[in-house]
Amino acid sequence: MLRYAARRLLVTVLVVLAVSFLTFFLTQLAIDPAAALAGAESTAADIELIRRQHGLDQPVLTRYLAWVVTVLRGDLGMSLHYRQPAADLIAARLPVTALLATMAMALALAVAVPLGVAAALRPDSLVDRLALGLAVLGQALPTFWVGLMLIIAFGVKLGWMPISGSDTLANFVMPSVSLALFCLPALLRLTRAGMIDVLGAEYIRAAKARGLFPGRILFKHALRNAVMPLVSVAAVQFGYLLGGSIVTEQIFAMHGVGFLAWQAILVGDTAIIQAIVLLMTFIYAWLTFLADVLNAFFNPRIRLG
Amino acid sequence: MRVLNHRWLPRDVGLGVGVALIGVVAVCAAFAPLLAPQDPYVQDLAQRLTVPVWEDGGSWAHPLGMDKMGRDILSRILYGARISLMIGGLVTSVSAVIGVVLGTVAGFFGGRVDMVMSFLITVRLSLPVVIIALATVALFGGSLPMVIAVLGGLLWDRFAVVARSATMQLRTRGFIRAAEAIGSGAPRIILTEVLPNIMSALIVVATLEIAHAILMEATLSFLGFGVQAPLPSWGLMLSEGKQDLFFAPWLVAIPGTALFLLVLSLNLVGNALQKWQDERTT
Repeated sequence: MLRYAARRLLVTVLVVLAVSFLTFFLTQLAIDPAAALAGAESTAADIELIRRQHGLDQPVLTRYLAWVVTVLRGDLGMSLHYRQPAADLIAARLPVTALLATMAMALALAVAVPLGVAAALRPDSLVDRLALGLAVLGQALPTFWVGLMLIIAFGVKLGWMPISGSDTLANFVMPSVSLALFCLPALLRLTRAGMIDVLGAEYIRAAKARGLFPGRILFKHALRNAVMPLVSVAAVQFGYLLGGSIVTEQIFAMHGVGFLAWQAILVGDTAIIQAIVLLMTFIYAWLTFLADVLNAFFNPRIRLG
Repeated sequence: MRVLNHRWLPRDVGLGVGVALIGVVAVCAAFAPLLAPQDPYVQDLAQRLTVPVWEDGGSWAHPLGMDKMGRDILSRILYGARISLMIGGLVTSVSAVIGVVLGTVAGFFGGRVDMVMSFLITVRLSLPVVIIALATVALFGGSLPMVIAVLGGLLWDRFAVVARSATMQLRTRGFIRAAEAIGSGAPRIILTEVLPNIMSALIVVATLEIAHAILMEATLSFLGFGVQAPLPSWGLMLSEGKQDLFFAPWLVAIPGTALFLLVLSLNLVGNALQKWQDERTT
């Protein structure tokens, strides 16, 4: 178990390092930081001076290593646009994104698990077909379009919901619904497939033969094993939600990390973009690491295989 | 296998509906100049924001209405189908090449090579795609070829994963061993023995990835970092319409519906092929 966890940990650290190098290298390639610092009205000599003052004349690898050291100290760089540390800006926006992702994931699971189980109990029944229809719909509906349609229907026509901002809990309802619809299909299909697999297994037949209550078999024996793969996928999806809610946050003008990323991209604020990409990768890598270790802990076949 | 009941609901009808819808979109794209009532770029400011025909004051002259700049929406939707299909096809071609090369090489050689390739796949999966794509297009400038290059360079993960596991399953089969025994090199075996045998799995991935790429292009264009105006991209139309969401909701509803139907039909076909393939292999 420890060996498996250690190996996965090494891969996780390497992945984060690789992504950090990639983002650093790409942004350096696209924008000359010395020219950006010097401003529009600077001469070539000014830029050259700044380049030497800030050590930007060093090779990329040297500068990358220096950057990694500062990042490890918790310094994600200064935003040129906001003139504030990128870390502070992101930290201020993180709660909104985290709450949004949590609500969306909770909503998706609350629909996907019961519906997936019901569909698995009676394959090809009407419930199963409805579940499948919902999955296909969720897969094909563009998240941002769902958001806009919800705004038209519940925000403008009916006037039930606030359409922008992130100050009250009501602001989170429509964005969570549109994001939940985005992660629903995978969770639903997985619950259904996992349940069908498990229900056909020997130990379920044995449990039935022993005359256990159907409810007890379903929840204690079957569901527990069926939801194991769900853990990994839910973790992955949660990672996407944290990084991918950029469109939803933009539509509903929620002041989360995604909205900040979009604004930073608009003004070309590389410090913030770098920091957000790094943070999202970090969160995603850790979530998948935790999910893998958790799965291996419950399922010896993974860690020994 | 399955016994009757509800045969008429989604699963079996899906393939037919999907193929039919894709056919309609393809015809719209191919014959856009013949079908479109007018030039998609021509502006008639006197008629700006004309409502669609089903609302009071609409007319058959512009069945889907006019946008804020007085351009005919039906014409823009028809020409937009070209952009969506082209983006979907080209992005998927680029990503298929990258993913299939990585995946087959990983699955064929195994060991250290597989470790490196799997690491690359893991790195790719850890990247927040939307932000990276937006930032890259923003930094290097938005244009049709740029969007295709960026999305093609990002969306290869599913091809790689599927190609890798399918190749691994073939690796120890007799005909691969035989090809090795007669002295064929790895590139030759991968091209002539492995590729034809994993093709059906790759076609399933390709169908779903075309839909994915189309959605991604719409997302980028919607956020202002994809295809640039005045091209009639559906995502761009949504973005332009969003400003008048309250007064002219059809500006958003119509391109969104077009996008939804195209993605839906590709997914229906992809799912049906997937199911067909699963049944054949088990």
